[in-house]
Amino acid sequence: MITLSFVYLLGGALFTAVAILSGLDPSNPKRARTTAFWGLMALSLLLGDRISDFGNGLIVLAMAVIAGTGGLGKGSLTPEAETERQAFRQDRGARIGNWLLAPALIVPATALTGTLLLKDLMIGGVHLVDPKQATLISMAFGVLLALAIALPLIRTSPAVPLQEARRLLDTVGWSAVLPQALAALGAVFALAGVGKVVGDLTATYIPAHSPLAAAALYCCGMAGFTILMGNAFAAFPIMTAGIGLPLVVMQFGGDPAVVCAIGMLSGFCGTLLTPMAANFNLVPAALLELPDRYSVIKAQAPTALLLLAANIGLMTLFAFKV
Amino acid sequence: MLTLAGIAIIAIGFVAGFNPLLVVTVAAVVTGLAAGLSAHDVISALGKAFNDNRYVSMVWLVLPVIGLLERAGLQDRARALINRLTNATTGRLLIAYFFLRQMAAALGLTSLGGQAQMVRPLIAPMAEAASEARFGPLPEPVRHQIRAQAAAADNIALFFGEDIFIAMASILLIRGFLAGNGIEVEPFALSVWAIPTAVVALLVHGFRLWQLDRQLARTLQAVKP
Repeated sequence: MITLSFVYLLGGALFTAVAILSGLDPSNPKRARTTAFWGLMALSLLLGDRISDFGNGLIVLAMAVIAGTGGLGKGSLTPEAETERQAFRQDRGARIGNWLLAPALIVPATALTGTLLLKDLMIGGVHLVDPKQATLISMAFGVLLALAIALPLIRTSPAVPLQEARRLLDTVGWSAVLPQALAALGAVFALAGVGKVVGDLTATYIPAHSPLAAAALYCCGMAGFTILMGNAFAAFPIMTAGIGLPLVVMQFGGDPAVVCAIGMLSGFCGTLLTPMAANFNLVPAALLELPDRYSVIKAQAPTALLLLAANIGLMTLFAFKV
Repeated sequence: MLTLAGIAIIAIGFVAGFNPLLVVTVAAVVTGLAAGLSAHDVISALGKAFNDNRYVSMVWLVLPVIGLLERAGLQDRARALINRLTNATTGRLLIAYFFLRQMAAALGLTSLGGQAQMVRPLIAPMAEAASEARFGPLPEPVRHQIRAQAAAADNIALFFGEDIFIAMASILLIRGFLAGNGIEVEPFALSVWAIPTAVVALLVHGFRLWQLDRQLARTLQAVKP
């Protein structure tokens, strides 16, 4: 069975290449630190299952220290290299035309068809791919397929995609690892019982005397707690056990299906507002080379707040039978 | 109460502008220590959680493909495509993308789209090109604003589309949670209640994107001599 280990192997190979190429990049002012950072990432991907939990913990600490004390460096291009790249783009653009768009669509298309087809495919009574991870495994295949098609189409060396991945990771920097670190933080929070403390506090100290107030408290609680945790899935069981079920459903007679469905969506409003949801909010800002780290959150905020208000209204309207 | 020290560190650290990766790691360690774990156990718990969540970072596998195609001029092609549509505007283009992304997500096709796969190589350059074709070269702040809007459209459309699909993780989570509390609900009963918010999201964000066009027209006409 093909499992996530295959995906991690590819990821490990990619980050190893990025670490080496960063080390060889004379235009990067912090070569050693950059190489060390991506090297640790590669180590975690390639050997994470073999080394102890404590060893993995030390990897995390080392990466955090590198990022927190001076950070990573970024390569730059000489004017000549810039001109050369532009000439390359014009030449390939004229020759390939809109066919260039095709490989870009191969990755999502393969992820999609792979998920639909491979999930239930059995060979000799064994799943060909781990059905729970079908999407990620299919995406990895999609990447290989897209490269296999694009390299001959563009007619360039196989080192180019790795060098370009290194350049893109230079722009994203340490924030590439932030979503994973936040997921790990969520697990530590769960272990320490942070959620229960917050849920109990909210339920104890904030009163609600009407269905509207109860719905508002639950929806705002979901959004607010998601802002703290960065993830509506982490907030949902805590807020629903603390407020949603006892107050909105039991005390005011709300329909649990409506309450929970709209409560979860209120959590998503919080996701749009928080830097803790780094993969949605901070990483795109880095990826799009925006100078303001919070500009995506700012673009989302008006919609998120209006939708939170709408959710409170919808819950009050539909959850309580007249 | 001491358990909440981690949350305080996060809030202070982010506001004070320390490196978020360092802030998050420190918060995790402090939370674990506050909960009475030994230093060795905290580091192990953090390491295990980091290792278990490696799949989160696998979105970066797509970078070699995107990088290679951008090297060959992918963003230029995306721009050229938009320039041929004479009535394309930034707002209209993003509304169209928003609608398609939301519909696809509602059918469970959440992998069609995404920040690294679609927004950076295709949608953001197209959204910029649509305004460029109308108003000429864009000032940097406007360029950045359009890119941020492209990223926002992808996120909002995804969040308020995916819950309509019955096999989505959030629906399964809600169902499991309610079952644990002795309440049985059908997945369909949950997903149907995601529809009203999805419609409001389309209307609200569609309106905001329409407003974006008007705002862009105002600023850029003013900038243009």
